[in-house]
Amino acid sequence: MSSTAITEPSGPRPKHLTVGRIGLYAFLVIAALFFLIPLYVMIVTSLKPMDEIRLGNLFALPMAPSLDAWFKAWSSACTGLNCNGIHVGMLNSIKILVPSVILSISVGAVTGYALSFWRPKGANILFGVLLLGAFIPYQVFLYPLVRMLSMVSLYNSIPGVVFVHAIFGLPLMTLLFRNFYAGIPIDLFKAARVDGGGFWAIFLQLMLPLSTPIIVVAAILQITGIWNDFLFGLIFAGRENFPMTVQLNNVVNSSFGEKEYNVNMAATILTAIVPLVVYFVSGRWFVRGIAAGAVKG
Amino acid sequence: MANVSIRDLEIDFGNLRVLKTLNLDIAEGEFIVLLGPSGCGKSTLLNAVAGLLDVSAGQIWIGDKNVTWEEPKDRGIGMVFQSYALYPRMTVAGNMSFGLKMAKTPKEEIEKRVAKAAKILQIEPLLGRRPSELSGGQRQRVAIGRALVRDVEVFLFDEPLSNLDAKLRTELRVEIKRLHHELGSTMIYVTHDQIEALTLADRIAVMNGGVIQQLASPKEIYRRPVNRFVAGFVGSPSMNFVDGKIAIVDGQPRFALPNGKTVDLTGYAFEAPPQDGRAAVLGIRPEQVEVVDNAEGFSAIPVDLTLVEPMGADSLVWGRAGNSQFSIRIDGDDHIDTPASIDAFFSPNHASIFDAATGARL
Repeated sequence: MSSTAITEPSGPRPKHLTVGRIGLYAFLVIAALFFLIPLYVMIVTSLKPMDEIRLGNLFALPMAPSLDAWFKAWSSACTGLNCNGIHVGMLNSIKILVPSVILSISVGAVTGYALSFWRPKGANILFGVLLLGAFIPYQVFLYPLVRMLSMVSLYNSIPGVVFVHAIFGLPLMTLLFRNFYAGIPIDLFKAARVDGGGFWAIFLQLMLPLSTPIIVVAAILQITGIWNDFLFGLIFAGRENFPMTVQLNNVVNSSFGEKEYNVNMAATILTAIVPLVVYFVSGRWFVRGIAAGAVKG
Repeated sequence: MANVSIRDLEIDFGNLRVLKTLNLDIAEGEFIVLLGPSGCGKSTLLNAVAGLLDVSAGQIWIGDKNVTWEEPKDRGIGMVFQSYALYPRMTVAGNMSFGLKMAKTPKEEIEKRVAKAAKILQIEPLLGRRPSELSGGQRQRVAIGRALVRDVEVFLFDEPLSNLDAKLRTELRVEIKRLHHELGSTMIYVTHDQIEALTLADRIAVMNGGVIQQLASPKEIYRRPVNRFVAGFVGSPSMNFVDGKIAIVDGQPRFALPNGKTVDLTGYAFEAPPQDGRAAVLGIRPEQVEVVDNAEGFSAIPVDLTLVEPMGADSLVWGRAGNSQFSIRIDGDDHIDTPASIDAFFSPNHASIFDAATGARL
């Protein structure tokens, strides 16, 4: 290596802390605090006994914090006629979530891979239209789907609701993966074909190892979407298999007796914890995913 | 090793005919370069030979097998791409053995072949690395290695050096030539770089508009281009073209310039007996023009010189002859004052004369 002179950039140093910067950060901090208020209220309320809540001091810290409301929400709150808490719902939600996410991502990846080779004129517009499938109001499909599923005896069952989630995840998943694979240089695929790779060998050995970023993005979208789903769980899962969201609604809206705000708050936080964790762990990926999937066409 | 024969090949993209009834016979062990501007169909032809494109009509034979509808892997070809196209998540060794794994080659055999190819290409220390940890030149060596391990009969190169910087390009060009000598395989090489074409090829196929314009040795292409396109495309700077017409004076062919002067063409080998008065274009390469005081027996074209471009070993002198640009290559040590009006001398047997209407060599 020849010696290269290292020169400092010339001109005055950029000022890191200007009045504008300080104002900006002040605004961001205040905005963040403001949006955290509901969460604060929920947590505080969930730690208070009912007597204390009745006093009406919404923002006050609990005098004697206790987790009683959390235990009740978890194991003995009444969801309709059963009083087993919402942990039943959590198990159901997981039973629905895991196969739905795996199924919709696998099928979406394969269809996206296949479609990435098909590049007719105006392909991007065509595939943009495909995305419209994700925006048609679900209510339109409900009755036909109920009829179809009951004809093949999948209605009121976990496989039924998994099937519905997979179907409705497909437009977005397919588009996400198609755009990702269309961005991979076509020469790579040609080289693999010359080397003797077939459709599946190229997909499994070449494309899939490249797909980690987009799989993470797809998983985030599907996990949060399916976990938060209420409608499909209510309609297709059947009474025994209601997901957590439906059971939470039952806890909160049970019409007899006093409204147990602390239990409701605890149950709500418990229900929200999965998407919350996903968002926290994967914020960076999530933003990337929205940019990759929705805008890039 | 195998010969390649392309017979009446046609390829359409929708309504667009990219290759027009193309015939090309490539001998065993021959190094053929497909040379042409972008969009001339050279890459399309290569992809068709590789089996990556559907053929609309015609046949492709490799060895004594009609491979027109065979899968790429069954054709005995290896391909090297401009973008290297290395598998990003595999090591160098993984890249090179992927094809063999697909063919279910035994493991010891794979290791043996990878080691051998790595030795030939001098990439042994890189076998455990990922493509992202390699330089451009190293990547392209690995890409060549990927074809090498498969013991292919025909190597296809699709502008393999275009993404490299000038120094590496020269280095790898020599490497490819050496490889061809060592292996003796048939090689088809696509490029738009005429230096690569002239240095590497046994024969060059100059293509334009989906048609092979001329198929000949580099020397022949350079000295005796069959038409104006080939003459203008090969050579840098381009061949000088001067408009005028053929004149027969006292039974001798002469070239009449627009200003009325005529230039002696005695010694030029006409393809057919010249016709008096036929509109023509006189072509002469920059290095075949001389600026001397006394040029007995040479022909002269008046040129107005405007500027000199020193290029080290030689210099280019630019000017105009009539309406067209004219360049002269002189020795780097020589000196010419510009602007100046001079006579550019040339020997008629070095010139090329084309029909003004069809562009064909006269």
